[in-house]
Amino acid sequence: MSALAVHCRDVIKTYDTGEQKVAALRGIDLDIHTGRLMMLVGPSGCGKTTLISVIAGILDQDSGLCQVFGQDLLHLRQKERLRFRAENIGFVFQAYNLLPTLTAVENAAIPLIINGVKRVEAARRAAAMLDRVGLGDRLGALPAQLSGGQQQRVAIARALVHDPRLIVCDEPTSALDHETGHRVMELLKAIALDERKALVIVTHDARIFEFADGIAHMDDGHIIDLEDTHDAT
Amino acid sequence: MGDRGKYLGIVMGLTFASLIMTQQPAIFVGLMMRSYSFITDVGLPDIWVMDPKVQFIDDVKPLQDMKLFRVRGVEGVEWAVPLYKGLIKARLANGNFQTCNVIGLDDASLIGGPPVMLEGRLEDLRRGDAVVVDRDGAVEKLGLPGPDGKPIPLKLGDTLELNDRRAIVVGIGKTTRTFQSQPVVYTTYTRAMLYAPRERKLLSFILVKARPRQDPGALTRRIARATGLAAYTQQDFQKLTYDYFMKNTGIPINFGISVTLGFIVGAAIAGQTFYSFTMENLRQFGVLKAMGAGNGTLLRMILLQAALVGAIGYGLGVGLTSLFGWAMRNTILAFKFPWQLLVYSGLGVTLICMFAALISIRKVIALEPAVVFKG
Repeated sequence: MSALAVHCRDVIKTYDTGEQKVAALRGIDLDIHTGRLMMLVGPSGCGKTTLISVIAGILDQDSGLCQVFGQDLLHLRQKERLRFRAENIGFVFQAYNLLPTLTAVENAAIPLIINGVKRVEAARRAAAMLDRVGLGDRLGALPAQLSGGQQQRVAIARALVHDPRLIVCDEPTSALDHETGHRVMELLKAIALDERKALVIVTHDARIFEFADGIAHMDDGHIIDLEDTHDAT
Repeated sequence: MGDRGKYLGIVMGLTFASLIMTQQPAIFVGLMMRSYSFITDVGLPDIWVMDPKVQFIDDVKPLQDMKLFRVRGVEGVEWAVPLYKGLIKARLANGNFQTCNVIGLDDASLIGGPPVMLEGRLEDLRRGDAVVVDRDGAVEKLGLPGPDGKPIPLKLGDTLELNDRRAIVVGIGKTTRTFQSQPVVYTTYTRAMLYAPRERKLLSFILVKARPRQDPGALTRRIARATGLAAYTQQDFQKLTYDYFMKNTGIPINFGISVTLGFIVGAAIAGQTFYSFTMENLRQFGVLKAMGAGNGTLLRMILLQAALVGAIGYGLGVGLTSLFGWAMRNTILAFKFPWQLLVYSGLGVTLICMFAALISIRKVIALEPAVVFKG
């Protein structure tokens, strides 16, 4: 039974650069249900990165409502918001953003350590997650010793290790070749999604649209088309 | 993160700062201790009595001999002996002249002699024309040039001429180096009067021992009242001398400038490198922030890193200073490394690390985690 993971109504965000104001989001309405993979697509500068940042609670909208699992992050105190993010949101970045001096297992364990899990237990759970993404034999490898696809799998393990309910991904396949990108998406969809989780992916990569349950086409701060590629709940 | 060059840069900056902040003050402390080392060497007396105008140990203003008897008459004085201290030219066997610091000791007790006798006995001063010479003077300035150009140290039985009077070396003593570079020649007070140029007053200091259970501080005040002279405990006279050199020479300023420069250069290198270190890894901090790490956590991370490089740099700097002191232990260089210097330099390095961390922390605290989604 799917539930509402993200609920956005009339979300507006304007960047004030000093010389001029740039409207990034001009009244976004969007619902994302659990068990679904939603893609935000559109040309550069259309507002999709701003939207994902607002949804993830790392950027404040100017007005409008954005709830994640019923929680309005804008009105949470800083400490509560950090705690909410740490417990409920997993991140996958375009450039992987792994800490270069930490091994794969240490990188994957970071969200658990932020959540107060003891280091030994965090390492054990991180190793188990790396095993699930097919890197059980590369636990001690540094990011520089891994291929791009392997690094992204470490990043996925890091995003999922603390069992978050919302996973936000920024261009997760753009730095990968077609075949590797395909494998990463299969992996993401296979292990990140279940009936209590939602996945939001910002992408330009049309090759991975086939994995989406819904696609929000954005342009100039608006969602111009909301496409349901599979049956919505 | 992962930048070995920058890491070494920070550690080297802190090592340099720590080295300068310990080595220069250690030389300064060693040098300042030399200002009163003669007082320390004399050791036994509790109180030094002198002309009220005397400002430091080498500022001798002679007293009349009868003052000695007035001091001996003060209640609480166990004993009081005279001490002569003056510069006299010595004529060496090869005809060269060398100014010497001649110390005339009480004939009966020989109080005030060198703390350690390396050759001969102090009692031999009671023999005719006898003098005891300090080892550094015997080896360096009073030594005669040998065939290979190196000085041949003065030895027992060698003779000098002090003010046209013969002086026979009967002992070699070990003394602590003082500010004055002249050799130290010990003899009896009576003989020193013969060596010294004719003057109406020749008594330099009166050395006093307080009676048992007599408070030396109270006795100094009583002596001053009774005689009109200045009387100081050994510690107070050391302090008077130390303060004179602190106030009236450029030594503290020179060393202060060195230490300040070391601090500033260390802070600049460490601060700048640490800052650029943080700036290059700002995105990583953003990732941690996005994942829910609070400013407090990131602040502790930065402080831990700063403390770690600080501890390594401090340890290396202090180690190098100790090595320097050990290597220079038998040279003319003044070097004293008390534990207080470890504390002060530790505080200095801590301040540098805090400064380096603070300028980085500002950036990290102001960082918007949304930066992680920017290309």
